[in-house]
This record gives sequence, structure tokens and C-alpha cells, in this order.
Amino acid sequence: MDDAARAAAATEVTEVRQAGRSNAFAAWRRFRRSSSGVFGLVVVALLVLTAILAPLLAPLDPHSTSRAAFAPPFASGHFLGTDNLGRDILSQVIWGSRVSLLVGLAAAATATLIGVAVGALAGYLGGWFDELLMRVTEFFQVIPRFVLALIVVAFFGSGLLNLILVIGLLSWPQTARLVRSQYLSHKTLPYVDAGRALGMRNARLMFMQILPNVMGPVLVVASLDVAQAILLEASLGFFGLGDPNLTSWGGMLNSAQTFIRRAWWMSVFPGIGITLAVLGFNLFGDGLTEAYDPRMAPR
Amino acid sequence: MAAEGGGNGLAVYALRRAVNAIPLILGVVVVNFVLIALAPGDPVTSLIGEYPAPPEYVERVRRDFGLDRSLPERLGLYLVNVAKGDLGFSFANRQPVLDLLLQRLGRTLVLMLSTVVVATGVGLLLGVLSARKPGSLTDRGATGFALLGYAVPEFWLGQLLILVFAVSLGWLPAGGFRSVRVDYTGFAAVLDTMKHMILPMAALSFRYMAITTRLTRASLLEVMSAQYIVAARGRGLSENAVLWRHALRAAALPVVTVIGYNFAFIVAGSALVETVFGWPGIGRLMYDSIYTRDYPVLLGILLFVSVTVIIVNLITDALYAVLDPRVRY
Repeated sequence: MDDAARAAAATEVTEVRQAGRSNAFAAWRRFRRSSSGVFGLVVVALLVLTAILAPLLAPLDPHSTSRAAFAPPFASGHFLGTDNLGRDILSQVIWGSRVSLLVGLAAAATATLIGVAVGALAGYLGGWFDELLMRVTEFFQVIPRFVLALIVVAFFGSGLLNLILVIGLLSWPQTARLVRSQYLSHKTLPYVDAGRALGMRNARLMFMQILPNVMGPVLVVASLDVAQAILLEASLGFFGLGDPNLTSWGGMLNSAQTFIRRAWWMSVFPGIGITLAVLGFNLFGDGLTEAYDPRMAPR
Repeated sequence: MAAEGGGNGLAVYALRRAVNAIPLILGVVVVNFVLIALAPGDPVTSLIGEYPAPPEYVERVRRDFGLDRSLPERLGLYLVNVAKGDLGFSFANRQPVLDLLLQRLGRTLVLMLSTVVVATGVGLLLGVLSARKPGSLTDRGATGFALLGYAVPEFWLGQLLILVFAVSLGWLPAGGFRSVRVDYTGFAAVLDTMKHMILPMAALSFRYMAITTRLTRASLLEVMSAQYIVAARGRGLSENAVLWRHALRAAALPVVTVIGYNFAFIVAGSALVETVFGWPGIGRLMYDSIYTRDYPVLLGILLFVSVTVIIVNLITDALYAVLDPRVRY
């Protein structure tokens, strides 16, 4: 390759990279215009703040029992009442945000990592390897996530790490399919050819060149994955399979079930927490869709 | 385009999909086997109990159940058993897992099928109403309703419904399958069970209503600008006729696949809702089996549900191909 061609290829590669950067600014401008996206961002931000500041915000230790069992909201210094063991509901709801957020984010991150790796390899390399990976993906798509997660957690314990791994390992197929289709179309574009002409290796092309350009839609799915992971964790918690040492919203709803006729407040407040968290990440994802692919956005 | 004789093409397509499903089902069975092998506790201990048994007896049990053979041999045995419909034995319920599942299946199916029907009907209606005037108050209301439907956990919704309609208002029973104090027969018994079903069904429907609403709206908006719709308007058809007769038919297609695609979620949802309402179906059985550590039941349910999901997906795919004249395989 002569110098002129090399220079042209280098320009092509840099231009695409810079376009990606200015796209990020344009995406942020579009995101700001999406009112639901901004609302989602605010809810998510509040959730993150609550989780981080839980020790400061919670009036009481969520585990400390008292004789004031089943105290209704506003009674005797318990703003949201107390549960069957006299524990402060408000403090439990505040601390519960940590479990939901941590499991949601970590499981979605795990799923995104696996999904990107599988999708990139399948889409970029193609051939029988693609065929094999897509069969595996299909398998993980049809297997009932909730039932399998339930069994695995019942067998191997429901500690925080297990919950994150199980939910993450069962949630990647959508990302994989998305990334695969993106790689299928990107690998034939001029900037990838240019990179190849410059002698870049496959690994570098896949993860340094193409990946940044497909991250937009991946982030959208990741955001929706967080919402799904929060729901799944809460469902497992409701089935009594949450981390036994931590207060979680799903676990609170499990004990609320027993005392449903006695204490409505045990059920109402943790449920609001789950709903808001899921709604927040879903709306945030909608905003991201609008930012990265306005044509796909719900109007 | 290749399939000129449409019916034939469809048959070939259906067959190809069915063949594709075989490795999936085998995969499910193998995963199940691996889970059985990994299940906590020694299977022999759970068979003969905690009593100190003479070593010869332990050895015999081990041999009788094939536990002394190699893993591949045991996998082969397991495949044969599953093919014969033997999903293991429930120690807590003292009966074969398959019998137990079949006993509970009817109640879960009633709940799930009525949910699918109601949710699809209401969802289609809301989707049409909101697509008719995008941006209108109705549209915003339906969209907000759908957003909430995606976010509210069905088990919490179930608890709220109990609080409002059973505890506060006393209109509907809080749970169970039938009234225990009165022994209804015939039509009265059916009516009684339906009364018990309203709240669980409402709790389970919300999410699928939301999914159907959002999907119907989106696909209607897309279809409404298609050429054949413009042509229908050009023929002087009223806007309502265009909507209901032409557009909805095309827009309803994705809704069919959504039922198949979301079937696994309906199963999970019904497990949670059954637990809230004490509805004695497969979901409630799952919950109870966790507490009694009745692992064969849990694994049997996993296998049963997985295979059902694969088959439902097959059927909806085929249905889609039949319903949409544009799809040719």
C-alpha cells in the first residue's frame, strides 16, 4: 500500500472516530429533549443517591426490632409504620434500594459483557461459529428465566453474588442478537476496510473500531436489562430467595404477604420502591432510544 | 418467493422449525440432568432418610437407582425415563412428579388462558384508541397506563388488589380456588370459582395488556401510512372502516408472536400471582416445593415449562406464517 492510500485509510478511521464523539454530544441534546427520558434520569439519580446515602437518610437501623410491632404510618416516630417485628419500614425501604440497584446494575453489566462478546464474535467471524453461538443464544432465550434462576438460587444459596451472577448469566441473549446484527452491517463499512488495510488485527477492529460505534443501542438494551433484573431480583425475594442478611424490597413483600390483613403499609411502600425503580430505568432507556436512534423511539 | 405452492412451503418451513426445536429440547433435558447431579445433598440419603443404614443396604439402593454407573450412562437412563414421561418422584407429595403436574396444570391453564384472552382484547382496544389520535388525551392516558404496566410487579399488584377489593371493600375473595364454607355444585360452583379468579387474572393481565397496547399502537401507526391503506382511503372508505377492517388486521400480527414470545413470562407471572392468591396451580406448587426442598418437583416443572415454551413458540411462528399472506417460507 502506498503512502497516499495509507493516509486516506488513516483519515477514514479518524473521521469515523471523531464523528462518534460529536454524535455523543448530539445524542445528549436529543436525550434532553425527551421528557420521559429526563424523568427517568431524575428517578434513577434519586435512586442512586438514596442507595449511596442510605446510612445518613435512614432514621433507624433497618434490622433493629422494637416492641412497637405493626405500628401504622405516622405513629410514634415511624413515618411509614413498622413491620411484624417492630422494624422501621421507612429505613427498610431506604436500605432496600441498595440491593435492588446493586443487583440491577451488576447483573445488567454482566449480561451486557457476555452479550457484547457473543454478539461481536458471532457477527464479525460468521460461519459455523456464528451458527453455533446463535443456537446457544436461542437456547437461553427459550429457557424460562424465572424458573431456572429460582432453582439455581435454591440449590446454591441466595447470596448477593449468586443473585447477580444467575440473573446476569440468564439475561444476555437480547444484547447478543442486537450486537450481532450491528456487526453484520458494520463489518462491511469502509472504515472497517480501511482499518484492515492499515493492518489492524481482528480483535482491535472488533473491540476498538466497531464497538464504540454500536454502543448506543447496546446502552438502550442495558438500561432495560437493569429494569428487568430489578424485577427478577424482587420476584426471587418475594419467593423467599433473597440475600438472607440484607433488607430487600422483594423480601419485604414476602413478609407483607403473611400479614396482608393486618398491615397494609408493609405491602404498599416496598412495592412503590420497585415500581419507581423499574419505571425509572425503562424511561431512561426510552430516552436513550430517542437519543441514539430517533426513528425507533416510541412517539 | 421460491415456494409457489404456498401450502407446501409452509409445511417445509414448519418441519424445519420442528427439527430445529429438537436440539433445544435435548439441551433443556441435559441442563435438567446437570442440575439434578448438582442438587444439594446425597440422593441416597434423601431416598432412605437420615437413619443409619447398613452399608450393604446403601450399596443396594445405589445400585438399584443406577447411581453406581458413570455419568454418561446415567444421562442415557435419564433421557429414556423422560421420554417415557417419568419426571421423578415428589417426596413431599408422595406421588410421581408428572401426575402432580397434570393435577395442577388445569388450574394454571385456566388462569393463563383467560389472562391472555382478556389482556390481548383490552390491549388491542387501547392500542387502537391511542393510535387513532396520536398525542391526544386518550393516547397519553393509554401510553401512561402501558408504562406503568411494564413497571408494576404482578405480585405486588396482587397484594394491592387484595387490600382494596377483599380487605377494604369485601367485594371479592382474597384467595383460594373456591369457597370453603359453602359447598356449591354445578353452575354455582363454576360461578364461585370465577369469582375467585377475577383478582388473580387482573393482577396477571396488567403487564400483557401493557405490552399489547404498546405494540398495537406502534404497528398501527406504522401500517397507517402504508400504500394499501392510502389506497383504501382513496376508495372513499371511512376512517373507522380503514382502521378496523384493514389496518388492524395487519397490526394484530405482531401481537400473535408476542403471545408466544412472552409465554415464559406469563408462566413466571402466574407462579408469583398464584402464590399471592393461594391459587392451587403449578406456580403455587413451585413456591411450596422451595420450602419443602422438594427438588424433583422444581426440576420437573423446569423441564415441563421449557418444553411447553418451545412448542408454543413453534405454534405461534406457524400461525404467523398462516395469517400473514406476505410471509412465504
